Amino acid sequence: MDFSITEEQSAIKDVIARFIENEYDFEKRMKIAESDSAYDKEVYNFFVEQGFTAIPFSEEDGGLNGGPVETMLIMKEIGRGLVLEPFLENIILAGGILKRLANQHQKDEWLNKIINGEMQSTLAFTEPQSRFQLNDVATTANKKEGNFILNGKKSFVLNGSESDLIIVPARTSGSQTDLKGITLFAVKKDSAGIEMNSYKSVDGRSAAEIKLNNVSVSSDSIIGEIDNGYDALEATVDEATLAICAEATGIMKSLHDKTVEYSKNRVQFGIPIGGFQALQHRMVDTLMACEETESILLWAITTEQDDKSALKKAISGLKYQIGTAGKHVGQEAVQLHGGMGISWELDIAHLFKRLSAIEILFGNADFHMKRFIELSNV
Amino acid sequence: MHVNFTEEELKFKDEVRSFFKDKYPSDIKEKQNKAIPLERDDFVRWQKTLYKQGWAAPNWPVEFGGTGWTAVQKYIFANENAKANAPAIVPFGLGMVGPVIYTYGNDEQKKRFLPGILSSDVWWCQGYSEPGSGSDLASLKTKAERDGDSYILNGTKTWTTLGHMADWIFCLVRTSSDVARRQEGISFVLVDMNTPGVSVKPIITIEGDREVNEVHFENVKVPIENLIGEEGKGWTYGKVLLQHERTSIAGVARSQYRLNRLKNKIKNSDDTQPSLTGDVDFMRKIGELEIELKALEYTELRTLAAVTVGKAPGPESSLLKIRGTEIQQRLDELFMEAAGYFSLPYVPNQYTLDSDPEDHVGFGGDSVSSLIYFNNRKASIYGGSNEIQKNIIAKHVLGL
Repeated sequence: MDFSITEEQSAIKDVIARFIENEYDFEKRMKIAESDSAYDKEVYNFFVEQGFTAIPFSEEDGGLNGGPVETMLIMKEIGRGLVLEPFLENIILAGGILKRLANQHQKDEWLNKIINGEMQSTLAFTEPQSRFQLNDVATTANKKEGNFILNGKKSFVLNGSESDLIIVPARTSGSQTDLKGITLFAVKKDSAGIEMNSYKSVDGRSAAEIKLNNVSVSSDSIIGEIDNGYDALEATVDEATLAICAEATGIMKSLHDKTVEYSKNRVQFGIPIGGFQALQHRMVDTLMACEETESILLWAITTEQDDKSALKKAISGLKYQIGTAGKHVGQEAVQLHGGMGISWELDIAHLFKRLSAIEILFGNADFHMKRFIELSNV
Repeated sequence: MHVNFTEEELKFKDEVRSFFKDKYPSDIKEKQNKAIPLERDDFVRWQKTLYKQGWAAPNWPVEFGGTGWTAVQKYIFANENAKANAPAIVPFGLGMVGPVIYTYGNDEQKKRFLPGILSSDVWWCQGYSEPGSGSDLASLKTKAERDGDSYILNGTKTWTTLGHMADWIFCLVRTSSDVARRQEGISFVLVDMNTPGVSVKPIITIEGDREVNEVHFENVKVPIENLIGEEGKGWTYGKVLLQHERTSIAGVARSQYRLNRLKNKIKNSDDTQPSLTGDVDFMRKIGELEIELKALEYTELRTLAAVTVGKAPGPESSLLKIRGTEIQQRLDELFMEAAGYFSLPYVPNQYTLDSDPEDHVGFGGDSVSSLIYFNNRKASIYGGSNEIQKNIIAKHVLGL
């Protein structure tokens, strides 16, 4: 039993933590969030140079063979620093599909460029009617003269307007929610028939609603096998869920620490408000929520990655925890900061908003509790 | 980063598991499984079995009869203990006063008291709380006045668990009122329960049992050699004792055992009707509990891992008592909910070794579920209430 990290892992953590401290302060972050672009290319290039974008890929694929521990360390810091750059979209989502299913030709063409930062990409994992069900795919792909014609809508496509490549799950057979019959297509953004309505999300990200109107793609753009894309889609979104939960853990810790600090300095009724027992106990509760979340995160991280059902269960347990404990910690941080907690100019509000977005992303607490129970086999 | 055991740890696990299989007395096991209350003799026999194996005191230093186990070994033992549904050690001697005596007692006291504690021949109880001093323990008023080579004790201790079965009591008493801080002037003394002037009165608790007592001291003469450490420093020693409690109090392994038992119960139509597995609300409560318990388990593992490499446990350890007791109480609630109407018959004596299950009211253990639920409301109150625990965390961890 060992929860320590190796020197190499510790170095990764130090590099990104130092970068955020020195080069990515709150003011800079807000400028990026409010700019037309969704992220800062220089910052993203720094991630590429440091090798972060190569971490979760095998050496064969040009990666660094990192695992969940490395991803967790990066994502925690991304959380603490409220980093906007699309690591999740490129590396965990699009990269996650490609590393699982792409053939050598596709890896050479796309994965290499993603790792090297030469291409932006994403995964269109949801549709207007799907809510959190990944298997609810109404977008169709019909074969026509050797090509596939895609029709349908994709919602909340993160990094969509920036992406050169969008991985689109579409139905090639079966009915709307069948697991079988989902095929993953690599669609170039500039393909004819793509209509994109892009916007910023409440947490300062870029996202888009995408309509596919008779978008024609060749059969070379199928990633993996026809009809059999679901397992990789689910595994990739699970990996992404684990990643954003690590990010949320970083945010929660940050919110809790800042709140305790604030309570020591904010004087009302002649004493720092941290002296009031009613508030002390609430901060002890958020401390416990943070520590428990860290513990559940470590459960998921140390679960055998090959034990599929145990891993799914742990990830759903973790996402439920983020959805409940995260909400608790976030709301308390805002409440204890009083009026300052609801001010745009303070980081508290933006940490809270990102945390709130993560609570919903890839399934809220209710969704994951149901999945957890199904996987518990009682 | 991993949570695997080493080869040696796995070997140790096998050794512990076969010990429970071979040496755990079958009649005590049957009582435990049938929810029949244990007698003092049962506890003594079981603890003597551990003593003979050399495993009575996992937390003690080897020189005083401890096992020399690593933190992981202790964890494995606690887990196997829970899986076997073996009784927990009665803590007052082995878990509480023993460590105070070997840490702060003189050689004479160590020789005199430790062997009896280790072999479970001498039974102890705890004299901390008083009628006027609960959470505010430092306000205690039981007085010990010096008279030649003795102290004369006057006052009342309360909530004394198993005081009616104990041979000795360890007490915090006031030896001086002329102090700057109330925590000063308190001393740690050991009192023979057979001393004239000691009287024990039962307190019947909510479920109808006698578990706790009031202990009165009326001019009780206690020889000066029963003072542990320095006069007036008892508060410090008493706090150390509470730290010994900290790591074991979460009861993770026991709660895991009970959760599995609850899951099996609701699956099995002999144990509950109709089966509750289709009840989404109940299943959600179980799911939530399982995740909370997982958090507690990994928090304990983090604490263990820190201790194993010689670090002090981090802030995570402070939540063990609070969450541990909350989860125990949540389990109590769910067992009672699962029992439905059959949690209501007050038939505390219906389960005996030779009673026929056909004659019992309710499915297995149902009628006890409410008694356990009522009784165990104590868990978030004793050992410093959970609110007091939060005060401590606010001060020492958050620096408020």
